[in-house]
Amino acid sequence: MSLIKHKLIETNVSLMTVLVLVTVSIGGIVELVPLFTIESTIEEVDGVRPYTPLELAGRNIYIREGCYNCHSQMVRPFRDEVERYGHYSIAAESMYDHPFQWGSKRTGPDLARVGGKYSNDWQVLHLMDPRAVVPESIMPAYPWLADRKIDPSDIADHLTSLTYVGVPYTQEMIAEAQADMKGQADQDGDWDAIQARYPGAVVGDFDGDPARLTEMDALVAYLQMLGTLVDFSQYDADALRQ
Amino acid sequence: MKATHAEMGAAPQYDETVVRYFTVATALWGVVAFLVGVVIALQLAFPVLNFDLPWLSFGRLRPLHTSAAIFAFGGCALFATSLHVVQRTCRVPLYGGREVAMFLFWGYQLFIVMAAVGYVTGVTQGKEYAEPEWYVDLWLTLVWVVYLIVFLGTIMRRQEPHIYVANWFYLAFIVTVALLHVVNNLSVPVSFFGAKSYSAFAGVQDALTQWWYGHNAVGFFLTAGFLGMMYYIIPKQANRPVYSYRLSIVHFWSLIFLYIWAGPHHLHYTALPEWAQTLGMVFSVMLWMPSWGGMINGIMTLSGAWEKLRTDPVLRFMVTAVAFYGMSTFEGPLMSVRAVNSLSHYTDWTIGHVHSGALGWVALISFGAVYYLVPVLWHRERLYSLRLVAWHYWIATIGIILYITSMWVSGILQGLMWRSYDELGFLQYSFVETVDAMHPFYVIRAIGGIFFLLGALIMLYNLCRTIRGDLRSETPVERLQPAPAAAE
Repeated sequence: MSLIKHKLIETNVSLMTVLVLVTVSIGGIVELVPLFTIESTIEEVDGVRPYTPLELAGRNIYIREGCYNCHSQMVRPFRDEVERYGHYSIAAESMYDHPFQWGSKRTGPDLARVGGKYSNDWQVLHLMDPRAVVPESIMPAYPWLADRKIDPSDIADHLTSLTYVGVPYTQEMIAEAQADMKGQADQDGDWDAIQARYPGAVVGDFDGDPARLTEMDALVAYLQMLGTLVDFSQYDADALRQ
Repeated sequence: MKATHAEMGAAPQYDETVVRYFTVATALWGVVAFLVGVVIALQLAFPVLNFDLPWLSFGRLRPLHTSAAIFAFGGCALFATSLHVVQRTCRVPLYGGREVAMFLFWGYQLFIVMAAVGYVTGVTQGKEYAEPEWYVDLWLTLVWVVYLIVFLGTIMRRQEPHIYVANWFYLAFIVTVALLHVVNNLSVPVSFFGAKSYSAFAGVQDALTQWWYGHNAVGFFLTAGFLGMMYYIIPKQANRPVYSYRLSIVHFWSLIFLYIWAGPHHLHYTALPEWAQTLGMVFSVMLWMPSWGGMINGIMTLSGAWEKLRTDPVLRFMVTAVAFYGMSTFEGPLMSVRAVNSLSHYTDWTIGHVHSGALGWVALISFGAVYYLVPVLWHRERLYSLRLVAWHYWIATIGIILYITSMWVSGILQGLMWRSYDELGFLQYSFVETVDAMHPFYVIRAIGGIFFLLGALIMLYNLCRTIRGDLRSETPVERLQPAPAAAE
């Protein structure tokens, strides 16, 4: 019976193409569409904000160097992971992440909550020569980050592009983007204004070289804010249910 | 209806040039992919090999390795075999003619080179297996649409009433990869002249879109397309019909329907809502059945011709590939069970699983396909040396076994170390202690990779000599075997 009917399909390539397309679309539609429409998918928590221009530049360096190949940013709700890394990750924390960087492999440790765990100096030293601070480490060194000055001239375009995909950067944030990017790592920067626009932003010289704004500044600024935006003491598990 | 070549008794003028080009590219890109794989495996064992250089550091070379393996090596094997199979089974030359076929070849090579140059210079979208930036994605989309048109056009002009089963799988592969590629790569470029773009999706939605793409890159690029290879070349090489036509139909439709649901198993226990994780797990377990249906159909095609496994090393490659396919499609559903995944996820177990599929299934069946294609395409009596094929077979198999067993051990060991507690209830190991414990397994894995690379170099030599028209005078493989004991 089925073989006779299948003859219709296997003698008509248009019909077969349409049926293949329908067959492979069902699963994707059922799984993906509700994820965009069910509001509880992203938990209601305070504190999550768009990245500062410098953090965003740092995040783009993180992506450029392929850090996601070895580091996850997703703490699972297990006793050992919560003890090792901190509170389990929630969806709201990566709601402005284009793209997400949850990762799939932990050749190195999870970084979802690395912000504030180590000093800026430690981070710089570790990126310059990982085995100088962790002898057993197998991480590559990234000495070029300290040499490369970072160019803030097109950062406003980055913020604008992100508004097109839904990140709520305001006109003010875009207008001040270049100044904010330089100011966040500069003692003469308008830190109050930056922290008003981006609550909880870590300010100060990151790379140990106040004279220059380097890729190291940007990457360390990004690492130092990871996982610090939500105050989990305010929420119990029920409040975080999706 | 006008008389066709076939009706007139003359063979149709197949376009073999493009198939030859893609076949050679398959062998060359294979060597590149394995070489980069060996380099990054050694970097994990000996981090000094990153040389503190941006374009040699692991984070940039790892996407180079995965893309070279999947898209360059695997992709060229799929182009070569699909363009060969669709002509032979439809008994017409390629739709669009030679110029379009050459555009496919050079267009696809340009995609590979643009993607690779991007990786080493740090141009990446940061989504696994979808690293190429927007301009490379647009170019691939164009090439892919031409590919679909050539493939469909050839089938439409076929001189056979039925579309052969291998072509169903190739068709599903081409159509679905187009869909996955376009949706997952939706992004907004920062400027028209810059490489950087931002993904249209964020966070949890981006994660599921990515793994809907990522898992079905496995399901359709690395499975459906290669099953097309299995359904054509194993019957040809064994000179036997496909075991079960009915099983082919059930296998095809159930496989493509179920596969697309399985993506969320990459996101167990993450911030992805639990209903989606559960769907992914349930469909992944169900996927075991069509996968094994396909394996049975491939292996049982040899029924009545089992002795060829002893005498024909090319067939041995293909059948071993199908056996590895069976193994990794059992392991996959197992790892998609949330309780197992809680241990295996983020560890080398995943890497081992991927390579039992990539080396065991994809690469072995591609080697078989290339060994099948080269004498056919260059009109040689046989390969230069079947004994070298046998050598390649054993060296590659030993390499795979070293690779996957070391990754099983390291993965399970690391997963257990992460979650182990001392008698006072503290975590027993710091993270870096678990890294340190991986070292011997990373060395073994690299040795496995070197074996696999050596095998591919032997293949390259054998293929070159075959193309030159040389025949090695050697004892036929069947006479190397001890005579079977008489059954009395």
